[in-house]
Amino acid sequence: MSARKISFVLNRRPQETEIDDSVLLLDFLRDRGLTGAKPSCEMEVCGSCTILIDGLPFSACTTLAVEVEGRTVETIEGVARNGELHPIQEAFVERFAMQCGFCTPGMVLTAKALLESNPDPSRDDILHWMEGNICRCTGYESIVEAILSAAAKAGTGDG
Amino acid sequence: MDNKPQIVGRSIPRVDGVAKVTGAAKFAIDLSVPGMVFGAVVRSERAHAEIIDIDTRSAEQSPGVVRIITGRDLDNVVPYFGHIVLDHPILAIERTLYYGEPIALVIARSQQAATHAASQVEVEYRELPYVTDALEALKDDAPILHPQRGEVVRDLGFDAGEEGGSGNICSLASLDWGNVDSGFAAADLVIEGEFRYPMLYGYAMEPYNALAVSGEDGLTVYTTTQHPYMVRKDLARILSLPFAKVRVVVPYVGGGYGTKSYSKIEPLAAVAAQLTGLPVKVVLGVEESIHTTRSDSAIVRARSGYTAQGLLVARAFEIVLNSGAYTDNSPQVGQKAVNTCFGPYRTPALSVRMRSVFTNTVPASSLRGFGTPQGTFAGELQMDEAAERLGIDPVELRKRNLVGPGEEVIPGKRALEANLPEDLELLSKSVDWPDPGEGRASGLGLSASDSGAYPSSTALVRIHADGSASALVGATEMGQGSRTVLAQIAAQELALPMELVTIVSSDTGIGPFEQTTGASRTTTVVGRSLQAACQDARRQLRALAAEVHEVAVESVQDAPGGVLVDGTWRSFAEVIQGWFGAGGEVIGTGAIRRSGDFAETPVFWEIGAAGVIVSVDRDTGEVSVEKLATIGDVGFAINPAMVHGQDAGAALMGLGAALHEELVYEGEMLTNPNLVDYRVPRFEDLPREMDQMLVERQDGVGPYGSKGAGEGGGNAIGAAIASAIARLLGVRPRELPLTSERVWRLLQDGRIPREADDDLS
Ligand code: FES
Ligand code: FES
Repeated sequence: MSARKISFVLNRRPQETEIDDSVLLLDFLRDRGLTGAKPSCEMEVCGSCTILIDGLPFSACTTLAVEVEGRTVETIEGVARNGELHPIQEAFVERFAMQCGFCTPGMVLTAKALLESNPDPSRDDILHWMEGNICRCTGYESIVEAILSAAAKAGTGDG
Repeated sequence: MDNKPQIVGRSIPRVDGVAKVTGAAKFAIDLSVPGMVFGAVVRSERAHAEIIDIDTRSAEQSPGVVRIITGRDLDNVVPYFGHIVLDHPILAIERTLYYGEPIALVIARSQQAATHAASQVEVEYRELPYVTDALEALKDDAPILHPQRGEVVRDLGFDAGEEGGSGNICSLASLDWGNVDSGFAAADLVIEGEFRYPMLYGYAMEPYNALAVSGEDGLTVYTTTQHPYMVRKDLARILSLPFAKVRVVVPYVGGGYGTKSYSKIEPLAAVAAQLTGLPVKVVLGVEESIHTTRSDSAIVRARSGYTAQGLLVARAFEIVLNSGAYTDNSPQVGQKAVNTCFGPYRTPALSVRMRSVFTNTVPASSLRGFGTPQGTFAGELQMDEAAERLGIDPVELRKRNLVGPGEEVIPGKRALEANLPEDLELLSKSVDWPDPGEGRASGLGLSASDSGAYPSSTALVRIHADGSASALVGATEMGQGSRTVLAQIAAQELALPMELVTIVSSDTGIGPFEQTTGASRTTTVVGRSLQAACQDARRQLRALAAEVHEVAVESVQDAPGGVLVDGTWRSFAEVIQGWFGAGGEVIGTGAIRRSGDFAETPVFWEIGAAGVIVSVDRDTGEVSVEKLATIGDVGFAINPAMVHGQDAGAALMGLGAALHEELVYEGEMLTNPNLVDYRVPRFEDLPREMDQMLVERQDGVGPYGSKGAGEGGGNAIGAAIASAIARLLGVRPRELPLTSERVWRLLQDGRIPREADDDLS
């Protein structure tokens, strides 16, 4: 085991920290109180531990903390700004797109990344993009609706 | 002024919505306390063996290890738990009864250190013959799991058959009326078949975990359980503590679905905290959670007799459940399978026998609908088969037999509230009955299950000096939305805005008693006790106002957020502060027990009504669900969007069981105890079209005529899918899940597996 110094951006704030080579990003974040990313399958199947690295979804359960050196990390805690929900978060609340909420941080982040790369996704685009996130409660339909509605709202400007 | 419904009956956003989308919502797995240490479980690598020795020496030398606990350290506690039979050891004692059973707990300063040390514990076994199949376990020469039976500790109110007593029988239950023999003798058609329902893993996404803290005020356990008061009872018994010294606190729960009913890992965490004097956190992984609880698989042998006009004359069912190594909740699961397998149909003669059987497998317990999906699968498929053989439309055949509103489903029990003929009509319209010749076919299933569990509930409502209100309940928010629904009820009763009402739930140290959060009971039972608490608070407020204003209590009336004293509105705040002089509060209490509206059981009949349209890829056998229709027959939807959510979630979970999910034993161990090999539904499994209907006839005993939801959607879906596939392929499946492989085989064989010799007699 050896420690390494890494610098990266976490929820818009530059960080510099000494970290052991073997520490998983998920444990690293959760040990710092960022518990929005959740451990569940721990084998990159369920998406409950999703975080965004340079805007794309990754499973923090199979990512080493040292791998984020020089990169930008966003967790669910960084999505709302100054108490204002992000439109995708608003859509999840409005559309009842969560029940127990355990999958929700991962769902919100994956959906946010989708809308950033494809602002006007079709239903099939959504099903395909979200395939790596499991929800055992909602039956998915309300989540699909939330994403479609967030996209529609964002798109109203350009008709 | 009366309480015209305005807050209830509306899809008000969830009160926990913002916390859940921002990551602020804390689950038990997210909690930590200073000085906390971590447990890692050493698990059995044999299905059945004597434990000769547990060598912990090298593990003890591993860095960070605080202590290692084995079955031998449980001398000073009651080492077993269980809410029906006290037979589940906290750690295996001398013998292990299933592969994956906890044998030791390694406690260390970090999770990594604990996990690392746990791998160094050496267990020496003397192997014993094992049995994982329920039918094998019933044979005379089968190894016996429990030569000595655990003490029976069941609560009154458990409708759970009787204990088995001999061999590997865990429990028995039966239901009989009429003369079955003469019924079958007089029948124009008798059909027989054997049906198999798979062993399932509920996969609540938050795995089992608990944090136990032992202090001068007794024990506090933070855990992801549905039934904090049941856990309290187990922990109090184990540690010989009064209830007042055991506090079980449940934060947000990451999925329940029945899998977090009753104690799981809490006893082990509690004992570890007691023995070390340190706060101990035990978090299981998914593979370990699978080795903690799964559902009872079922083999159902069914026989049904009909007249030529399609009227039922007699039904007989023999149900065998594979219930795993310990009793847990299987007696109740079995009883419920007995009560629901014959469906909501007029059955002149009935005979049902259920045996729940111990095997050297993971202990089985509740899972959404517990027992109902297993029995309904058999019962409904026979209704379909009869329709086809008698040349009667399957909807028409059901209608001829359905129990009507106000009729009894089971003699002596509460009569059916629902109008099933109307529900069936709606469902039938929705699934459209495409021509199977064109590659798509429909199927549907119906069930009525005895829900609500035992009606024992208390609630408190505190009206604070500023006029806002906190409602305290023992119901657990596990995603179903109880905090929102209960806040709506309290806001409605007190005529306060939602923002002024808070729900405090599931803390046995603070809140009032609740029997369970299960069997779809919360809206109905807790809703009513909370209503009663609000009415009690209102009564007190009228009395205080009368005293403050020196008028007769009769001249004070309820008003929104306050009272009318001789026609003048006075806020709750004014009344409370006026009476106390400074500060103060009014505390209303409510209780529900088995009397009045709740004298009859079940508390309500939960309707399961699901229909599908499917297509099949004939090259691969893959089934696509093109449409899924459900009916939420809930009496009155306090929050319609959340009822839809319950129905959609239950239906998709049922779809998983129908098409993909099954835990498979090979030899002494599971072949698929992880989420790669055990496949749960994903986004792309979402049916192309969902039709979620809501039926509100205000016919329930819950607030405003409501009754429960949450399980119904999944209870009938296995039958609906199998029925549609039978119609499409001309072969009748009798086993779930209908994986591509199984459907492909059905297509190749072109015949029904396990075909019984059934014929027109
Ligand atoms: S916990 Fe990381 S993908 Fe499931
Ligand atoms: S809301 Fe419970 S797992 Fe998605």
